[in-house]
Amino acid sequence: MEQPNLSYIESMSGGDKAFEQKLITIIKKEFPEEKQVYYHNINAKNYKEAAENVHKLKHKISILGLVKSYEVAADYEHNLLEKSTAGKDDFESILQNMTEFLETL
Amino acid sequence: MNCIIIDDEATARAIITQLCSNVDGLNILEEFPNAIQAIKYLNQNDVDLIFLDIHMPDFTGFDFIETIKNPPKIILTTSDSNFAIQAFEYDCIVDYLVKPITSERFAKAIQKAESVASTPKKAKKSSDEVATTSGNDLYVNIDRRLIKIDIPSIYLVEAKGDYILIKTEDKNYTVHSTLKKIEEKLPDSLFLKIHRSYIINVDKIIDIEDNSVLIKKDVVPVSRSNRPELMKRLNLL
Repeated sequence: MEQPNLSYIESMSGGDKAFEQKLITIIKKEFPEEKQVYYHNINAKNYKEAAENVHKLKHKISILGLVKSYEVAADYEHNLLEKSTAGKDDFESILQNMTEFLETL
Repeated sequence: MNCIIIDDEATARAIITQLCSNVDGLNILEEFPNAIQAIKYLNQNDVDLIFLDIHMPDFTGFDFIETIKNPPKIILTTSDSNFAIQAFEYDCIVDYLVKPITSERFAKAIQKAESVASTPKKAKKSSDEVATTSGNDLYVNIDRRLIKIDIPSIYLVEAKGDYILIKTEDKNYTVHSTLKKIEEKLPDSLFLKIHRSYIINVDKIIDIEDNSVLIKKDVVPVSRSNRPELMKRLNLL
């Protein structure tokens, strides 16, 4: 599976380590909250709301350099808007992958 | 330029703030997690440029633009490129950044915003301006693709619920839009709304009979209220 990385964050920080740490701290706080809201909505079959949650999570997927995973998330978001959960397992694996990565930071 | 950031995602706000800090002359006045708070701020403060997220719960970026009276320059920020066509409807929008935003792309957007600074502002484009700026082309969003249609080749536009059917000499296009929106984009010199569900290209009329028009192979109804305007447009002998 594609591995998260800090390439994007480092490319835009211009070597500003304080900013890198600040952004990582924000992501570590915001990501679990967004993930929780997503799980709440998907478990309640609130597909439109879950699609919005996936939409927001896509940004963090891209920030962590997960190019292929972003496409998986985009397809899943589209499916949710059609009230289909196709791609759910793959998307949730991405969330788990990101969770494990963020725990190492 | 005095700027504000409107985005419900703290991560996005932090990234834009960082990108702004690398550009001379950009001054971030405030950041907001929702558009409602920003409207209150705009009523009391002068702002030159807004970084605006489209996808926000309850009140979207487009709702925000429609709400404020004299919008300053706006750079849209979004994870979704599907809104690009809608963004072209507003003169106040100077650029459209897809997340994750890179430093290079951000710098280009700021250059665009600065170059627009000296031109007069208008909230929305008129149909004539669209015809001038985009020549004879109209771009429509179909299945996440922007497809170019040659405007003079359009002979009929029909409203179909939440969609419109655009008929051209070569092909038909079904687009998620309204008759009102496309009417604003088509030149008045060529097109006329003859019924609440139909816009026709006057040049393509074959004949008119009572309350209907034959255009190509389509027979299109003409409403009583629109008939006088249609008759005015004809070069009657």
